[in-house]
Amino acid sequence: MTTSAESGPTPDREPANHSQPNPSRSWTLRLRNYVLRELPPEHLLPESEPAYLGSWVYVFGVVTIAALILVIGSGVVLAFFGPQWWQVSPQGHFVNSVHFWSVQMFFIFMVLHLWGQFFAASWRDGRAATWMIGVVVFLVSVVTAFTGYLSQQNFDSQWIALNAKDAVNSTGAGAFFDVLNFGQMYGLHILLFPLLLTMLVVLHIVWVRRRGVVKPIELRHPS
Amino acid sequence: MSRPRRRWDQASYYRGVPTAPYDLVKEVAIATVVILVVVLGLAALLSSPDVPSLTIKGWSQKEPIDFLATATGELQGTTLSSSYGPPYHAGTGSVQTLGPFAPQLWAGVHLPLTSAQADVLGPLAVASVGDRALGQALAQFAAVSPEQKSVWEAHYARDLTRARDIRGQVTVPVDGSGPMGLMMGSLLTVARSGGLDALLMTSRRFYQTDYTRALLFLGDGGYLKQVATDFHLVGNQWGVLNETGRYPGQAWLWLFQLWYQLPPYNTASNVDLLVVLTMGLLSTLLLLVPFIPGLRDIPRWIPIYRLIWREHYQFSQLAEAPVDRPE
Repeated sequence: MTTSAESGPTPDREPANHSQPNPSRSWTLRLRNYVLRELPPEHLLPESEPAYLGSWVYVFGVVTIAALILVIGSGVVLAFFGPQWWQVSPQGHFVNSVHFWSVQMFFIFMVLHLWGQFFAASWRDGRAATWMIGVVVFLVSVVTAFTGYLSQQNFDSQWIALNAKDAVNSTGAGAFFDVLNFGQMYGLHILLFPLLLTMLVVLHIVWVRRRGVVKPIELRHPS
Repeated sequence: MSRPRRRWDQASYYRGVPTAPYDLVKEVAIATVVILVVVLGLAALLSSPDVPSLTIKGWSQKEPIDFLATATGELQGTTLSSSYGPPYHAGTGSVQTLGPFAPQLWAGVHLPLTSAQADVLGPLAVASVGDRALGQALAQFAAVSPEQKSVWEAHYARDLTRARDIRGQVTVPVDGSGPMGLMMGSLLTVARSGGLDALLMTSRRFYQTDYTRALLFLGDGGYLKQVATDFHLVGNQWGVLNETGRYPGQAWLWLFQLWYQLPPYNTASNVDLLVVLTMGLLSTLLLLVPFIPGLRDIPRWIPIYRLIWREHYQFSQLAEAPVDRPE
């Protein structure tokens, strides 16, 4: 066999080397390298963690995610059957009840998680972004739940909408966020806000896994 | 392929820290099952709140005089929605500002609404088709000057204070109110039949999901607030934290609701704007805690962290204690 080196090819006849892309030119490779560098699989799904993670305070975050899974699951069923279904069907009312209590659980454990991480000062050692994403998750959750209350199509929705309009209008936001407009609130509640919330929660978790859980305050290593 | 090197790595951060086996996926799975069982139990035992929505029909049947007074107020421009301001119209009744800071005015009118036309005159015009007397009354009302209209409206509002509702039969002793008696009587009839609920939802489009007009009209009356008071939902009852029935409401809004109970907020004419700005400021502080000296030090001053990592600190002390080594 005659190799190209032996035959002395001209540069324009040299075959392209597809197996070795130039790392500085391949966007895909650069993205893969970035992901592997910032979040190696053993950090995303670890088989061991610092022993201090045995504290009860770390359960709250996990339970919050579990409640969110149920919120989204029950919400998908409610959205599939339409906004009136839960008021005309016993099965629908039960699914709505699951959604309602899942939301309550979600907020209870999210607030416990938030305060737990506050008193752990979990923003230390380069984790400010993780804290900030978590706070944004909380604020987006409040707005998402608010649009849910407005989408119930019952007396509670009427009363909340009429009262909330003054606060929303006073900021000027009422011009494009009409809390009395069921169609707008329902659309935001079942699509845009859940999508945004889920993306932020995923980002929050990725940031936690990326840096790992912060060490205890005034930790003194056993030497 | 060798993995690219990280600028910051967990291995060096956790060097010397004892580790323990950890199964993240299993923990999430167990938590999901536990919460599912709890939630299914709560749903089965306690159900969820669902008090049916109020209707204009129900309002006009149960509180006809309140309904008529509200509709008259829409014509006079004395109700909340008819004098509100942006985003509904150019009124100033509910415009909130803080000095030169006036975002409600800056945003302008985006949901144009004329309460008298939307809630009373428009629906009556539809109802007058085939009703010669009502048609003539509306024509008479439209033909006179605004001053004359105001006189008729004021007289009818006065007449309503002497109105009687005996087992649903409403009697208004009209005196000097022109065609108002016939017009408002017709409006009440349409409302009691359920027709006004539909007329307030009509638009140039076939499909409709916007309840702004109907809700604003309903909110202008006293009936809705009375029902809300019975359910402990109004502001001075910490309403936002409650739900209809014995269910928890949006308890996470407790701080938002708190300001409405405290001076100077509870006496301010721009209370909503003040509360929103206050909560915006507090939310920003919470967001920026990691960068604010003092705030970020609170966890060190209130040593709850000693409870959080109690076992870890006990282990550390044990590890540091002198050990008698065998010779």
